Amino acid sequence: MLYRTAGQFKTSYKADQALFPVRQDAILLGIIMVFAWVIFPFTASEFAFQTMLIPVLIYALASMGLNILTGYAGQLSLGTAAFMGVGAYACYKLLTIMPWMNPVVAIFLSGFFSAGIGVVFGIPSLRIKGFYLAIATLAAQFFLVWLFEKWAWLYNYNASGAIQVPNTTTLGTYVTGPLASSMTQYYVVLGIVTVMTILCINLTRGNLGRMWKATRDMDIAAELIGINLMKSKLIAFAISSYIVGVAGALYVFMWKGAAEPNLFDIPLSFEILFIAIIGGLGSILGNFLGAILIVGLPVVLNLLPDALGIPISSALVEHLNIMIVGSLIVFFLIIEPHGLARLWALIREKLIIWPFPH
Amino acid sequence: MKDTEGYVTADGRQIGGTLMEMKNITLRFGGVVAIKDISFDVHEGEIRAIIGPNGAGKSSMLNVISGFYTPSEGEVWYQGAKRPQMKPYEVARMGVARTFQNIALFEGMTVLDNVMTGRLTHMNASVLSQAIWWGRAREEEIENREKVERVIDFLEIQHIRKTPVGRLPYGLKKRVELARALAAEPSLLLLDEPMAGMNVEEKEDMSRFILDVNDEFGTTICLIEHDMGVVMDLSDRVVVMDYGKKIGDGTPDEVRNDQAVIDAYLGVAHD
Ligand SMILES: Nc1ncnc2c1ncn2[C@@H]1O[C@H](COP(=O)(O)OP(=O)(O)O)[C@@H](O)[C@H]1O
Ligand SMILES: [Mg+2]
Repeated sequence: MLYRTAGQFKTSYKADQALFPVRQDAILLGIIMVFAWVIFPFTASEFAFQTMLIPVLIYALASMGLNILTGYAGQLSLGTAAFMGVGAYACYKLLTIMPWMNPVVAIFLSGFFSAGIGVVFGIPSLRIKGFYLAIATLAAQFFLVWLFEKWAWLYNYNASGAIQVPNTTTLGTYVTGPLASSMTQYYVVLGIVTVMTILCINLTRGNLGRMWKATRDMDIAAELIGINLMKSKLIAFAISSYIVGVAGALYVFMWKGAAEPNLFDIPLSFEILFIAIIGGLGSILGNFLGAILIVGLPVVLNLLPDALGIPISSALVEHLNIMIVGSLIVFFLIIEPHGLARLWALIREKLIIWPFPH
Repeated sequence: MKDTEGYVTADGRQIGGTLMEMKNITLRFGGVVAIKDISFDVHEGEIRAIIGPNGAGKSSMLNVISGFYTPSEGEVWYQGAKRPQMKPYEVARMGVARTFQNIALFEGMTVLDNVMTGRLTHMNASVLSQAIWWGRAREEEIENREKVERVIDFLEIQHIRKTPVGRLPYGLKKRVELARALAAEPSLLLLDEPMAGMNVEEKEDMSRFILDVNDEFGTTICLIEHDMGVVMDLSDRVVVMDYGKKIGDGTPDEVRNDQAVIDAYLGVAHD
């Protein structure tokens, strides 16, 4: 009843291709938007901004970038964190070399650097697939983090070897650096993530999306029906790395505030991969669901025992977190490879026919 | 009875000039000779069959035509010009579409999306236009969707449009694959054993669709079968292969009465 589709007929292909063929989807999204743009930012505590709202969006964006490459185009990558690093260091250099530059512009520009490097490291994908490609991206992961450490120019020869986010302003408001408020940073992140999400939805539902999925599902057939595999894969690497790079810039400039090279080490790559898998490979919505789960779980595990009055050590909380995430990964890989997004699709299907099950 | 200007079939259809000519094609895999010095041509608008027992080299021949294999010797002439060595996607962009002996659909996509991929060679909106879903990308999506819907209606698969291909039974998958190839509006349609593994009813449906495609759109079709009976009613001219060699070429009646052909088929008696 909730999801009544009766009476909603499509009279043209244009209508059928609309983003929300079912009205209830649009209403639900509208409600989520009101929460994201109004209710959350005006009611959230500093703690909520820093532990949930901002990181969920940034992780979701990084996962979306990975998903374009792995979930849509079928090219496995274990180097996500390193490409986030490229975005972050590029943004740092842009803003320190050209301090007058608008930070939001710098964030969007930094994605182009990771896109370029992504394409270079994507070239092996033209010859190798699956496991072997994953190893090649792992090489990128190690090489780039090594570069972040050794190339002192990247961190402006700081004695600490770390980058510190400078204070920058847009329209007279501090956007980055210690002086920026969480609410401002949240809105900047939300704006950027919203725009990128819309672009990704469009790319994945159109011709390029079909090209990627064809490449993923059966590359030989894809080539025989007229797909230039090289183009399909390299565009995927470019766009994926662009998004991941922007996410990396946001990660440091809108959230962490500072970064050392090891921040972009392999654990972060895996964290993003887990979000994509648990959320659902080949789904845009899944990135958000996965990010809420992976970012939210440790927060809840930390708060819950206290709220229930059960004393529990922080080490145990961490172990619990790892165990739960591990079992979720196993569960989704075996039982539901399409992740939380598929679970939602099933619930939605049930709601559409409810209460007349047939 | 035939020349480069075309010919008239037994049932009175006018066939056009030469569309493609395979000249002395030889294909080797290491020591194995899959195709041995074979020449034949395909005329515009005809249904040309390649038949022969299993392992005769028929699929290999189709793969040479679609550019998946490069012949060790010989030339492919297409639309009056010698075709340089090409990647399969470039051949597809010249208007050659095909189906596969073992179904090669994109399992993770719906029927509609699979058929839409057939239109890829006709779509060229920029990445930017696609990203903002505005201008060329949007027009293109609607134009091509209309064409695809006509193919879907034609092959009577409207009811499964939004079904993921992985869930379909074998016979329907074969039909979806034909739809994807047809959506490309090919100048040459290659079908690799379109009726393999089907029951009698499905075979009849498929035969009807193949004839209708040729009839309504004038599409040139080159199809492979190893079951001789099916092809005879369907095709205008037949090439017979055995052990990589051409052992017969002519109308179904000529081929049926050819001693070499009869021997080849008796030798493998109903595998
Ligand atoms: N990629 C390949 N590598 C090695 N041998 C091949 C390859 N493709 C086909 N062959 C061989 O070529 C011969 C013809 O095979 P094929 O063209 O599939 O026959 P058909 O389609 O007529 O059944 C067979 O002996 C087969 O083993
Ligand atoms: Mg074969």
